[in-house]
Amino acid sequence: MTRFRSTLAAGAALALTAFAASVALADTTLLNVSYDPTRELYRAVNEAFIKDWKSKTGESVVIEQSHGGSGKQARAVVDGLQADVVTLALQGDIDQISKAGLIGADWQKRLGNNAAPYTSTIVFLVRKGNPKGIKDWDDLIKEGVEVITPNPKTSGGARWNYLAAWAFADGKFDHDEANTKNFIQKLFANVPVLDTGARGATTTFAQRGIGDVLLAWENEAFLALDELGADKFEIVVPSLSIKAEPPVAVVDKVVDAKGTRKAAEAYVNFLYTPEAQKLIAHHYYRPSDPKSADPKDLARFVDVKLVTIDDPLFGGWAAAQAKHFAEGGVFDQLYKPKTN
Amino acid sequence: MAGGHGLALKRPSAIPGFGLALGFTLTYLSLIVLIPLAALMFKTASLGFSGFWEIVTAPRTLAALRVSFVISFIAASINVVFGVIVAWVLIRYRFPGRRLLDAFVDLPFALPTAVAGIALTAIYARNGWLGALLDPFGIKIAYTPWGIGVALVFIGLPFVVRTVQPVLEDFEREIEEAAASLGASRRQTVFRVMLPALMPAILTGFALAFARAVGEYGSVIFIAGNIPFVSEIAPLLIVIRLEEFNYAQATAIAAAMLMIAFTVIFLINLIQAWQRRRFAP
Amino acid sequence: MSDAIPLDLDFATGDRARSVTTERRPVRIALILIAVAFLTLFLLLPLFAVFLEAVRAGFGSYWSAISEPDAIAAMKLTLMVAAIAVPANLIFGLAASWAIAKFEFPGKSVLNTLIDLPFSVSPVISGLVYVLLFGLQGYFGPYLQSHGIQIIFAVPGIVLATIFVTFPFVARELVPLMQEQGTQDEEAALSLGASGLKTFFLVTLPNVKWALLYGVILCNARAMGEFGAVSVVSGHIRGKTNTMPLQVEILYNEYNFAAAFAVASLLALLALVTLVIKVALEWRFTDQIAASRRH
Repeated sequence: MTRFRSTLAAGAALALTAFAASVALADTTLLNVSYDPTRELYRAVNEAFIKDWKSKTGESVVIEQSHGGSGKQARAVVDGLQADVVTLALQGDIDQISKAGLIGADWQKRLGNNAAPYTSTIVFLVRKGNPKGIKDWDDLIKEGVEVITPNPKTSGGARWNYLAAWAFADGKFDHDEANTKNFIQKLFANVPVLDTGARGATTTFAQRGIGDVLLAWENEAFLALDELGADKFEIVVPSLSIKAEPPVAVVDKVVDAKGTRKAAEAYVNFLYTPEAQKLIAHHYYRPSDPKSADPKDLARFVDVKLVTIDDPLFGGWAAAQAKHFAEGGVFDQLYKPKTN
Repeated sequence: MAGGHGLALKRPSAIPGFGLALGFTLTYLSLIVLIPLAALMFKTASLGFSGFWEIVTAPRTLAALRVSFVISFIAASINVVFGVIVAWVLIRYRFPGRRLLDAFVDLPFALPTAVAGIALTAIYARNGWLGALLDPFGIKIAYTPWGIGVALVFIGLPFVVRTVQPVLEDFEREIEEAAASLGASRRQTVFRVMLPALMPAILTGFALAFARAVGEYGSVIFIAGNIPFVSEIAPLLIVIRLEEFNYAQATAIAAAMLMIAFTVIFLINLIQAWQRRRFAP
Repeated sequence: MSDAIPLDLDFATGDRARSVTTERRPVRIALILIAVAFLTLFLLLPLFAVFLEAVRAGFGSYWSAISEPDAIAAMKLTLMVAAIAVPANLIFGLAASWAIAKFEFPGKSVLNTLIDLPFSVSPVISGLVYVLLFGLQGYFGPYLQSHGIQIIFAVPGIVLATIFVTFPFVARELVPLMQEQGTQDEEAALSLGASGLKTFFLVTLPNVKWALLYGVILCNARAMGEFGAVSVVSGHIRGKTNTMPLQVEILYNEYNFAAAFAVASLLALLALVTLVIKVALEWRFTDQIAASRRH
């Protein structure tokens, strides 16, 4: 009996050490869970919003940021990360949160432009002087060209890379799917490293000197020039690319539990204001309302023919995801077991 | 784990505190390790055996498991050879800088794996210090399966050195002297007398280095090319399945890895116990 | 480290009695060179790379990188997590080794294997299991959520994952040593009338204090350096749930390589300092350690 009691006491002591309950967040704290390349953008936007909110309501608000791969972040929210606002790379990722019952199904209709306050596209980053003469998607499948892209399985940006290449090949081969697949297969045969995230791929390309061309978000490519040296790289815009719409949403379940709905909604709406739109363009995202942006910032964006995810070719995110990126989908079929 | 069972069958002893010590051990072990791992197994069990089998025998999964286990085995073997030499040199010889070197052996325990991965990539990439030296010979380390090997050797080394070191230190010189006086050459003494006696420790070190290497993620993803069927490790495949919101598959692969690792460690514990009995003085 | 004197240039021992228990001089030198080359290639070079990258941008930016508020918050969190995880595993290590080394009971070898198990669990999995348990879609998540208790994506989750990963370190050091030492000392103390607790603190603990210290040092180093498992349960909230290794990753991902390596170098430095303490203690108490080992 005493033995049993001492065992019990030991267990209780352990429970105490292990399960220190965490303190609830203060009401005026918002958590924005975002994807990798938006760090610089939201640092600027948050500062502007805090000022704006203070002048309008007299309240101070603290905004916490979390960044990571878009899919991983969405999963964290689904698993209980207390995000008031999600600003992710893909509609599909917010759909997953919605499917888990945390966000109303109509989220994409609640805000303008499919809930995407900014868009971006996919461009090529090549080494200075473009030694391999890379002009368009065709050049990526040539022998001896090394292409760097993150893994579409783990990176939202890489999915846009893949879909943009698909759209190009579809046009080139006049909607012949076998040839399109063949094109994509050749392209990925030229990929020596599949990093897990967009930033990792940029580092591999820029710091490790691997590859001739990096497929990247337009904003990432510009930022890489800024951060890693405009004298080392240049941007090449292909003949056709894809309109990437990174969406934002308020996480209904969380804001209602925390009582932060008012501030959270004001935050996502703030992204559409002229002030935020100007910051958005300045950070190399294409603003949904170009009128409020600085013309100098806008001049940096090259006009390029863009397909959208709602194009019949893809039929929206859900269909594209299921066909291309699901387990055993087209992307998985590109890789065959080595016979040895 | 029936604690009560143990209590009843415990051999009588004058030492107190068995109930408290074992009770706490089992409670803590259950809360921190067993219940969480049971949750993993429970989740996997919801797939049913055929579902589980289908997932772990899919070509992609098998390839990733093979990459992980084969390269880990090679890395652990390299660590056994060099780890024993390092332990031997540190214990048996006196030379300047010995203590410093001894301290450095624990570095892989302490350095965050992601930092190790980044540092190793910086060294072994085509434009890195060593990568640049090897590149003219057509040898590529980073972004190939060799890169995985380098990372796994790094993280596994202290396991071998630190398990062999204390045993070697306690090794009775009298035994060596006896062997020598019976006419054994030094080589015979080392290979016929000392290494067999060190074998249990070497095996433990091997098992720990191997098991740790199989699960390693942080350092490997930086230096591996992560290409499916070539340099994609099993933990990365788990992460990929999670990204697909495919929890069932992720847990199935995790459970498979866990079972293999557990079996390896358990087998080696058995061999070790058998060896210990065989070589008991 | 028995009878060593540091910086002793004693390559060759002329003494006949020892020459049969060591190798010929060329073999010795070759082995030393192999060991040094191997350790340089795999351990010193990466360490050197970390420090070189850290100071590449100058000491001014090194200082500002490590005194930045987010970096300081990360350091505080890392220290706090280690301050909980290490004592927890220390107590466990003592209890487990007491039970395993001093008593015979069935299932002992299974228990021994189970204690080692966390070494072989992929960090990815050790994070995942806590998500399966405490995540919103997990077994206890909805209950915890409705009671306003946050475990994963908060400090408790980080602590749990760290305890899991560093679980075996202390026990692993203590069990074999205590097994070797047997129970005679304790039995003698008890027969002389000492209480159980007194025996433990005055006989057992002094006998194993070096192994204990060594286990604690390693446990601490790994607790502070753990990346994979913590990354899964952290939520990556800047200045709040980022530990130092996660902060390194964040800085690296912001192309702030010098700052990333600056924080990394602190972790490496921390590792080196603890290792130096260990060596210093060993040197200072050589005789005692030798005595306790020979027991």
